[in-house]
Amino acid sequence: MRAPLSWLNDFAPFGTETEAIAAALTRLGMQVEEIIRVNDPVDGVIVAKVLERAKHPNADRVGLVFVDVGDGQSLQICCGAFNMQPGDLVPLATIGTNMPDGRTIQRSQMRGEWSNGMLCSQKELGLGEADAGIWILPPGLPLGSSPWEGSSLAHDVVFDIDLTRNRPECWGIVGIARDLAANLGLPFAIPGGKVEPSGPTRSAPVTIVDGDRCGRFVSAVITGIEVKQSAPWMQQRLSLAGMRAISNVVDVSNYVMLELNEPNHAYDLETLGGGGFNIRLATDGEELATLDGEVRVMAADDLLICDAEDRPIGLAGVMGGLDTEITDRTHTIALENAWFASDGIARSAARHELRSEASVRFDRGRDPYGIDHAVRRFAELLRETCPNLELHPGLVDARGTLPQPVVVDVRTSRVNELLATDLTDNDVQKLLAPIGFTFTNRHFNVPSWRPDCSREIDLVEEIARHYGYDNIAKTVPASSMPGGLSPRQRDRRTLRQLLLGLGLNEALPNPWLAPGDAERAGLAAVGQPVVIGNPMAAEESVLRTSLLPGLLKTVAYNETHRSAGVLFFEIGHVFRYPADEQPLPDESEHLAVAIAGVDAPAAVAVWNEIVTTLGIKGARMQSAVHPGLHPGRSATVFAAGRPIGVVGEVHPSVLGSYDVDERVAWLQIDLGKLLDLPHGISGYKKVSRYPSSDIDLAFVVPEKVSADGVMLSLKKGAGDLLAGLELFDVYRGAGVAQGSRSLAFRLRLQATDRTLTDAEITKVRDECIKLVNKTGGALR
Amino acid sequence: MTDALLHEISSSGEAAVAQFRSATTLDALRSLGSELLGKKGPLAGFKAKLGSLDPDARRDAGQAVNAAMTAAQAAFDQRQDALAAAALDQQLLAEKLDLTEVTARPTRGHAHLVTQVWERLEDVFVGLGFTIAEGPEVETDYYNFQALGMGDGHPARSAFDTMFLNYGAPGSTVLRTHTSNVQIRTMENQKPPIYIVAPGRVYRRDTPDATHMPAFHQIEGLVVDKGITMADLKGTIQAFTEAFFGPGFNSRLRPSYFPFTEPSAEFDIQRADGSWMELGGCGMVHPDVLSGCGIDPEEYSGFAFGFGLDRFPLSSHGIDDIRDMYTNDVRFVEQF
Repeated sequence: MRAPLSWLNDFAPFGTETEAIAAALTRLGMQVEEIIRVNDPVDGVIVAKVLERAKHPNADRVGLVFVDVGDGQSLQICCGAFNMQPGDLVPLATIGTNMPDGRTIQRSQMRGEWSNGMLCSQKELGLGEADAGIWILPPGLPLGSSPWEGSSLAHDVVFDIDLTRNRPECWGIVGIARDLAANLGLPFAIPGGKVEPSGPTRSAPVTIVDGDRCGRFVSAVITGIEVKQSAPWMQQRLSLAGMRAISNVVDVSNYVMLELNEPNHAYDLETLGGGGFNIRLATDGEELATLDGEVRVMAADDLLICDAEDRPIGLAGVMGGLDTEITDRTHTIALENAWFASDGIARSAARHELRSEASVRFDRGRDPYGIDHAVRRFAELLRETCPNLELHPGLVDARGTLPQPVVVDVRTSRVNELLATDLTDNDVQKLLAPIGFTFTNRHFNVPSWRPDCSREIDLVEEIARHYGYDNIAKTVPASSMPGGLSPRQRDRRTLRQLLLGLGLNEALPNPWLAPGDAERAGLAAVGQPVVIGNPMAAEESVLRTSLLPGLLKTVAYNETHRSAGVLFFEIGHVFRYPADEQPLPDESEHLAVAIAGVDAPAAVAVWNEIVTTLGIKGARMQSAVHPGLHPGRSATVFAAGRPIGVVGEVHPSVLGSYDVDERVAWLQIDLGKLLDLPHGISGYKKVSRYPSSDIDLAFVVPEKVSADGVMLSLKKGAGDLLAGLELFDVYRGAGVAQGSRSLAFRLRLQATDRTLTDAEITKVRDECIKLVNKTGGALR
Repeated sequence: MTDALLHEISSSGEAAVAQFRSATTLDALRSLGSELLGKKGPLAGFKAKLGSLDPDARRDAGQAVNAAMTAAQAAFDQRQDALAAAALDQQLLAEKLDLTEVTARPTRGHAHLVTQVWERLEDVFVGLGFTIAEGPEVETDYYNFQALGMGDGHPARSAFDTMFLNYGAPGSTVLRTHTSNVQIRTMENQKPPIYIVAPGRVYRRDTPDATHMPAFHQIEGLVVDKGITMADLKGTIQAFTEAFFGPGFNSRLRPSYFPFTEPSAEFDIQRADGSWMELGGCGMVHPDVLSGCGIDPEEYSGFAFGFGLDRFPLSSHGIDDIRDMYTNDVRFVEQF
C-alpha cells in the first residue's frame, strides 16, 4: 500500500518530518519498505524569463541566453539547449545551488563567456527521466519564485508500506492515518462527505438472492455526469498511490476506495437492464466479459452482480463487466457500494487468477458501515468536475447477513501477565480508544473496520502495539531446564568430526531427483519414491530414496571442473513410499560416503573407523549384491546382527550413466537405525604387563571363502589370548591354485597374568589351523 | 721388581689412553675398549698377578692398576663423547631438508557452511538452556498448517509457495515450508516447561536465484512455561544476539502478523554501524495453538521465533550468490 503524505495530512496534522513519520509507521507494524520523494524542490532554483538568445562567439554547441529573474536586470547564461524562446519561463539554478546529481552550480566561463547559473531540464531537477531540453514552465509564475510552487508537480512523499494480514483497515489511507494519529497523539478527523441528496427521488432497485455472501448492497443514482479528465491533484494522488488516472468517474471511484478502503463500482444506468441489480451465485459455465476484455467462465461458487433482467454485469468484489462500463456518453450512473463475505471473494479471485485492488480489499475485509460516508464522498469529489451532479434521494440499502457487532472482554491482569507491563484499566482504555475500540458496559466494542479482532488476545496485540514494543522490558526467562545435545545429536557430531578428520568434505546436494535418476543409479528396486505433485521442474519432481544419485552428480560435477578424486560425505534424509498405509511416507536419516578415484576398500576403511569411533557392537560385513553397486565388490554392513547399510564400489555402468570417469568407493548407512542400536565405548581390556608373542600364519583360501570368515576362525582359535590380528598380505599368482589366494595373518598372543609358554603358543597355533581348515583354507 | 711392575702398569695405562685418543671411529674405539679395558686386556692381566705379590707390593700395584684403569676409562669416555657428537653433527648435516619443498595440501575435510553455522547456533542456544528438537521434512498438512492456525483455505497459506506430495489424500502431505511443525510435535509430546530450538531443512517453491533456494534452512525456537512474557521473548532474542553476533549488538521487535503467534513481531538486529538487519519472525504462542496441543493457555504461556540460516555464511564470507553454497564444488568447499 502506497500512502502519500499529503493524503495522510488530510486526516491529521502529521507535518513534514518524513523520517519520524516513517519510523512511527514501522513501530506500529506498518513497515515502510521505501520512502519515495516526489518532485522534491531544489533550493536555489528559481523562475526566470528568457529575454533574448544569442550565438556564442567561440562555440557552436553552446548558446548565450539572457534572462530576467525579476529584478529587471539581464543575466547572461551559457546553455547547451536551444528549445526556449524569448518570453518563455524557465528554471534557473542560481550560483551555489546543490543539484540532485551532487554538482554545485558556480559562476564559470565557457570559452571566454561568463555563465551566471544554469538553465535546467526536468531530468536535471530530478523530475523524471524525460530529457527534452530545458523545462519550459507554465506561463504566469512569478519571476524569482520556486518553480515547484503553483506547478502541477506538487512536492510529496510516498510511504510504501508492507501491510500484514491483520490490518485490513490500512488498505485505506484512513486506517493508516487513524493508527498513526493515535500513536502520535494528534487529532484525527475524516474529511468531507458533506453532500446531501438532492433532486427527484430515483432508485436502482436491488434484489439480494444469496444473502449469506452479500451482506449489504447500497445503490445510488447520480445524474449530471460529464465524463472528462480529473483535476491534476487527483491524478497525481492516484498515480502516487500506484493507480492510473482514466476518467473523472473511474478516478473518483478509485480514489474513494484508496482513501476509505471502500471498493465501489459505477455502472452506466442506461446499460442496466431493468435499471437495477440482482445479486446471486453463478451457475456453472455461465460467462461474463470483464472490464479487462477477457470472457470468463463462472463456477457455481462465484457471486455475480446481475442487472434486474438477470444478465451478469460483474464478478462481485473482483471486477466489473465490460458491457456496463462508463463511456464518454455516460450521463447517469448507478453506484454500487456493497459488503461481500471475504472468503468467497478470495476464492473467486484465486479461481480466476484475478487479484484486483478491489478483491484484495474484500479479501482482507472491508467495513460494512463505511458505505454511507463513501457514497457521499464519491458524489462530493465527482462534483468538483461535474458541477451539475446530483445524488438523488432514493438510495436503496438492501441487506443480507452482516457480521454481528463484536464485543470483547479484556482482563487487564492478563494484559500485564503477557506483556510484563503494569497497566491500569484506564491505561488500557486510553490505548484502545483512539483506534476505535470504545468501552461500554465493561466490554470493548470492536470497530466495524477491524474484522480481524474478535478475541482478547487480538486486543492484547493492539494494546502492545500502541504501548510500544520498544517500551516492553527485556528479561531472560528463569529456565530450570538444562540445555544440551541429545545422545543422537552428540553422535552425529562425533561422526561428522570423524569423517572430516578422514579428509571427507561435506556435501548438501539437491534432495530431489529427476524421473529416471533412481533407475540410472540402479535403484529401481529400492522402494517406490514419493513424487512432488507441483514440482518447479520435472527434473526436480522425485524425492530421493537414496543419497547415491546426489553424490554421484556431485562427483561428476567436480570431474567436469577438473577436480578428480573428490571425497564427500552427506548426512541427509531419504524418503520412501511405505509398504503399509501410514500418515507420512517413510523418512530416514542416512549417511553416505563417496570417494572418487579409489576402489571399495577405501569405503570399508571408513566404515571400520565409524565402528571403532562410535563403539558399534557386533559390526560385520557380508558380501552381497546390492542395487547400483559392483556385484563383486559390495557387502552388506551389519551391526548387532541387523543389516544397516551397504559398502563397496559403485557399479561401472551406473558410473557411466552419471558420466563419472573414476571408480567410486561407496558407503551408505541408515544412520537412524544404526544409532538406535546399543553402541558406545564401554568397558576396557586391561593392558597386559607380560610379554607378547607373534605368530604368522599363511593360508591358501578359496575365493568363495571371505577373509572375514577366516579371521573369525582365527579369533575363535586364539580366544582370550588374541591381542592383535592383522591381515598383512594377500597374494594371488604362481604357487597358489587358480580360484584361491594366499592370506597371511599375524596374530599377537598375550596373557594378562603370565608369560605364555611355547607349548601354549603351539596349542593356539594348532587350534587356529584346525579351524581355518574347516572353512576350506589350508596352511601354506 | 715392584718398581718395574709399577712402571709396566703405568706405561700400559698410558698406551691405552693414547690408543683411545687416536681412535677415529666409534666402532674402532669400541673394539679398542673391549680389547684394552676388558677382562682379557693388559690391565686386567695385572690384576690377576696381584695375588702373587706381598701385601705392600700388592697394595701399591693395586692402586697403580686402579689409577691406570680410571685414566684409561676416562680417555675412552671422552673420546666416545667426542666421536658421538661428531657423528651426530654429520648425521644432522646429511639429513638437511628444504621444508619449502613440502607442497602436499592439508587433507582435512570441510564441513558445509550451513552445518558450521547450524552447529554454532545450536551451541549458542544450548548455552541459553535450550535443547535441540528435530522433526520430519515431509509433513502432514495438519502439522505444517492447520495446527499453526492456518486451517483449510486460510489466506496466510498463500504466503508459502508450498510443494505438495502425491501421497495420501490430495493436499494432505507437503514438504515442510518452515520448521514450525516441530513446535506442534514437541508440544504434543512433551509437557511444559519446554525450551527447544529446532534447526532444519525447509522447502519452498522458489526458483533458485542469487538469494533464494527451493531447499534452505531455518531454526525455530519455542519456550512454553508458566509466566512467560513478551519481555522474556525480547530478552531471549537479545541474549541470542549478543551471544551469536557479539557484545554491542542490539535487537528490537516490530509488530507483525503470523497466524500462530499473537502478539506477533519481526525482529531486527542492529549492526555495529547502527544499521538494522531484519532477521526473522517471532511472537507469543497463540492461545489456540497451545490449547490445540493440549496445553492450557491460562496456565502456561510461551513464545516462538524463527529465522533463516543460509544468510549468515553468505554475509560473513561476502558470498554474493547462495547457489554457490549448494554446487558442492571442492574449489569452493575447501575454502572454509
